[in-house]
Amino acid sequence: MIYDTFFARAMSRPLFDLLLKGLWETVVMTGVSGLLSLVIGLPLALILVTTDRGGIYQNLVVNRALGWVVNALRSVPFIILLVAVIPLTRLIVGSAIGIAAAIVPLTIAAAPYFARVAEVSLREVDRALIDAARAMGATRPAILREVLVPEALPGIVSGFTVTLVTLIGASAMAGAVGAGGLGDIAIRYGYQRFETAVMVAVVVILIVMVAGMQWAGDRLARAIDHR
Amino acid sequence: MTETGEAPVADFHDVVELHDVVRRFSGRPALDGISLSVARGEIVGLIGRSGAGKSTLIRCLNGLDRPEAGRVVIAGTDITRMDETALQPIRRRIGMIFQHFNLMSAKTVAENVALPLKIAGQTKAARQKRVMELLDLVGLADRAGHYPAQLSGGQKQRVGIARALAPEPLLLLSDEATSALDPETTQAILTLLQDVNRQLGLTILMITHEMEVVRQIAHRVLVLDGGRIVEEGPVARVLASPQTETTRSLLRGLSPVLPLDVAARIAPTGNQALIRLDVYGPAARKPLLAEIETVTGQPPRLVHGGLNDVQGEPYGRLFLALGTADADRITAVIDRLSPEATAVELLGYVPHDL
Repeated sequence: MIYDTFFARAMSRPLFDLLLKGLWETVVMTGVSGLLSLVIGLPLALILVTTDRGGIYQNLVVNRALGWVVNALRSVPFIILLVAVIPLTRLIVGSAIGIAAAIVPLTIAAAPYFARVAEVSLREVDRALIDAARAMGATRPAILREVLVPEALPGIVSGFTVTLVTLIGASAMAGAVGAGGLGDIAIRYGYQRFETAVMVAVVVILIVMVAGMQWAGDRLARAIDHR
Repeated sequence: MTETGEAPVADFHDVVELHDVVRRFSGRPALDGISLSVARGEIVGLIGRSGAGKSTLIRCLNGLDRPEAGRVVIAGTDITRMDETALQPIRRRIGMIFQHFNLMSAKTVAENVALPLKIAGQTKAARQKRVMELLDLVGLADRAGHYPAQLSGGQKQRVGIARALAPEPLLLLSDEATSALDPETTQAILTLLQDVNRQLGLTILMITHEMEVVRQIAHRVLVLDGGRIVEEGPVARVLASPQTETTRSLLRGLSPVLPLDVAARIAPTGNQALIRLDVYGPAARKPLLAEIETVTGQPPRLVHGGLNDVQGEPYGRLFLALGTADADRITAVIDRLSPEATAVELLGYVPHDL
């Protein structure tokens, strides 16, 4: 129906269906790995901040070790990571090909990235606020819940938006190993078969997706920022 | 000053007791053997220049900072070696207000005031009721839903005070609470603190570098310099007759000093003796000038100075020319005044026309 109304004159039905499928696959890959990165990355960021010197859970051994792991993961180029984690992907998903399989390397790449971005926001929370909470007799979990996370939230939301945008790009790369999605279409049709129209359509869709996501992220960050 | 009419609820007299507290930062002592006590219902001003150790001292009182030696006793409980978890219930009974307010930017005024109650595990209904009481008390009931960024400095500090009072503390610590505010707002905040002290019998320990703040609401003042208490006493006495250079410099502007041109004309000999007379309390209300006249036969001349008052108590510093240079009479005057005055000093001699 949407095709008949808007796209019938611009592209063939099979191409439209192909793009729609690709869009859906990209949304799923980005969405699921984004959500997983949030769930894994935020605790990592909290551990990195609170175990550091002067933190409320100071533990330099844990801090240095975790910092090293995060740095190591972030050093590996995504295309290499994609191939290197195939055994792990097989173990978790049962296959190394497809959307579900792409989510594993995407998450492994994005979680440490988001952890570092969120860490920066958490570090910007004024120490005086943590001291104020301590002076009120707050327990350490209460400090995390009532001070650290809420005060850093606008920055965390902005950081998550950046992470999602990066994931869209990375998911296109995952197309190279048969993960599907818009990137896969761009490579197979646009690049390998010289179908410029497909390439242009994919790029336009990606631009709209990224712009929309950035716009929504910025709005949300502003809405919750009361500083 | 320590009686508030409130029935004693526990078997301690002093809310705060410090015994020989020492705290060093990389070998240099920030606190170098501090002993002090603050009685229930008292407002004590702790004054010192920046770097005197004030902030370190106040942070030792709720365990945000730990002394290397000495003891910190709060309401009869020794907290010196307590771990963070054990300290938490005690901290919940100590309110603290800060120079930069330290309100949570992501929470509304009401949520900020409710935070210590939430931390203490109160139910939402109980919190809401208490928050509205407190916002009424500080005059911000109509700002409950605002965020701190929407408030003025004075309003933020009122929120800070409401938050500190929320868990019905037995001690309020004030860390330069008015230093970031303009004079008018400072007045309003000091009045609020004084009301809170009178109405709730709340003990307040305030650190500041402004003697004016101490003069207005403190009952007793402690002067801190180089990590030591160099002077302490009732505010009127310390203002009338500061004993140390630190106090004098902190008092600049509040305590009269001789104008330079007058000081320049003081000579080791001359026809009129110039004395400095420091008085406070009931002595300041006595007819001291008439008493001088009975000794010298001459009315003394006021060259400089005057009386001021601290919370209804007069204090002052008078520079008087005696109308005689006779050594015996001068000694007689000083002997006559000494029992009454905080200090009497012969500064030198000046001409008639000064």
